[in-house]
Amino acid sequence: MQVYLPIAEMSVNALLILMMGGGVGFLSGLFGVGGGFLMTPLLIFLGVPPAIAVGTQANQLVAASVSGVLAHMRRGTVDFRMGFVMMAGGTLGTVLGVWIFGLLQQIGQIDLVISLTYVLFLGSIGGLMLVESGRAMLRRRRNAAAGRRKLHKHNWVHGLPLKMRFPKSKLYISAVAPAAIGFVGGLLVAIMGIGGGFLLVPAMIYLLGMPTAVVAGTSLFQIIFTTGVAAFLQAWQNTTVDVMLALLLLVGGVVGAQFGSRMSGVLRGEQVRALLALMVLSVCLKLGWDLVSRPVDLYSLTVLQPPL
Amino acid sequence: MSRRPLLILGAALLGGGLLPALAALLWSLTARADTLVADLSSHLIAITTDFRGTEVVLFGAVDRPGGDIAVVVSGPRTEVTVRRKERVAGIWVNRQSQTFAGVPAFYTVATTRPLDQIVDPPVLIRHDIGLDYLVLRPVVEEGEEPDVAAIAEFREALIRNKQRDRLYPQRAGTVNFLGPQLFRTNIVFPTNVPVGQYFVDVYQLRDGDVVGAQTTPLVVSKAGVGAEIFEFAHRQPLAYAILAVAAAILSGWLAGVMFRKV
Repeated sequence: MQVYLPIAEMSVNALLILMMGGGVGFLSGLFGVGGGFLMTPLLIFLGVPPAIAVGTQANQLVAASVSGVLAHMRRGTVDFRMGFVMMAGGTLGTVLGVWIFGLLQQIGQIDLVISLTYVLFLGSIGGLMLVESGRAMLRRRRNAAAGRRKLHKHNWVHGLPLKMRFPKSKLYISAVAPAAIGFVGGLLVAIMGIGGGFLLVPAMIYLLGMPTAVVAGTSLFQIIFTTGVAAFLQAWQNTTVDVMLALLLLVGGVVGAQFGSRMSGVLRGEQVRALLALMVLSVCLKLGWDLVSRPVDLYSLTVLQPPL
Repeated sequence: MSRRPLLILGAALLGGGLLPALAALLWSLTARADTLVADLSSHLIAITTDFRGTEVVLFGAVDRPGGDIAVVVSGPRTEVTVRRKERVAGIWVNRQSQTFAGVPAFYTVATTRPLDQIVDPPVLIRHDIGLDYLVLRPVVEEGEEPDVAAIAEFREALIRNKQRDRLYPQRAGTVNFLGPQLFRTNIVFPTNVPVGQYFVDVYQLRDGDVVGAQTTPLVVSKAGVGAEIFEFAHRQPLAYAILAVAAAILSGWLAGVMFRKV
């Protein structure tokens, strides 16, 4: 069933998009990540212009994170105070990111920057996760008892000024650190069309020392705002949000996520992380290969005045 | 706007289909020498939500039999930047670029025979017929020396890319004479046909020159829900942005509530 996407100005197979949305939704439910890092490259592989893939994906992530946060709120696992501080930095990062995006589009380097940031982030995060989960699996096999951990370790982050109390996370730390993490997350939303959960979650655990239980809900909470601002600006300034495409992705994603989250109880934590790492690395390899292999045609076209 | 009377004349003269074409034939027989009349089965291509490309039939008649017919369909003219990738530190990166003005978004030539067998290049250049003679104006900064060889390469790349996107099909031998005077051809528009104002130029070529010509307008526009979304998004981007984000929040909330019990 072909559906014409009014903003992307192309026809796509609606069933294919629904299935992609469902598949990525399933994985995001299974792994507890947004899945933007899979969906944006998939859309680009399909022939959706990168700018529209990124803008639309941001819009779709708003919906996904709203329903995710609702679930976390019922369980009381959202640190709103922390979320608002991160949001302040995140909004700033998003505004700057959208501006950079428009600039790169003008000089014709946006595709390259999107691919490079994907390879960089996916490669390093995927690699780290694979090593970590591999170690965890080995440890389990050796049956070594894990030592008791402290609540969190004190590092350089705790030396920053502007200290604030975060009762929910049982933290007394500088507001600069979460705001800075939010800022980076906002940049990623605008430039890569991802929520950035795969980067925010480890940063919140290892840099801020937040309790794991509230990390997912809090990062999702602030992702609502960064993706919301990104989608709003991309639609307003660049007209790169295709609501038809967003709707198809959303329907598939919501259904897929429900099945994924039910499956997540079946697998063990480190197995899930190893699988996720392998997936992240394969997307990274594919994008990296496209960067270094000789393109089909060295020349590409950009229509400057779209006929209206 | 100056084309509007022509459109109305064309539409009034020939409502579409075979009967009007026959009427045109009769009319052309009584007219002065070397008259060419042609019209399309439709002057409007509507891109609806389920658009999968379309075909438009062109019928025409010449009053003096013989010669060849060339049908040139060109879409709205825009500026196009062609970028060339180069390997930098192992990665393919866009480096040089060349902008061309007056590039038709869509360009197809249908003829009775291959163009080079019909007339000589000077005639084709004069009338802008055929990919090799299509006028694309390279945009060169003032005071800058144009690199002719590089521009030729960029031009070639532009046409190659457009052909790969099926926007510049060349179809020799697809115009058929049904009798000594009546001819027809099918103009094929792909799924990705750009919207805008099109012109269909029909030429009669004989003895190495153009002996008759006619231009017919054609409009490609979006229709239905897709058109409304596109119009709205481009004319009121702020309202569109607010609605898009609000719709996302609402559907996310709905999904969250719907699956609460599951």
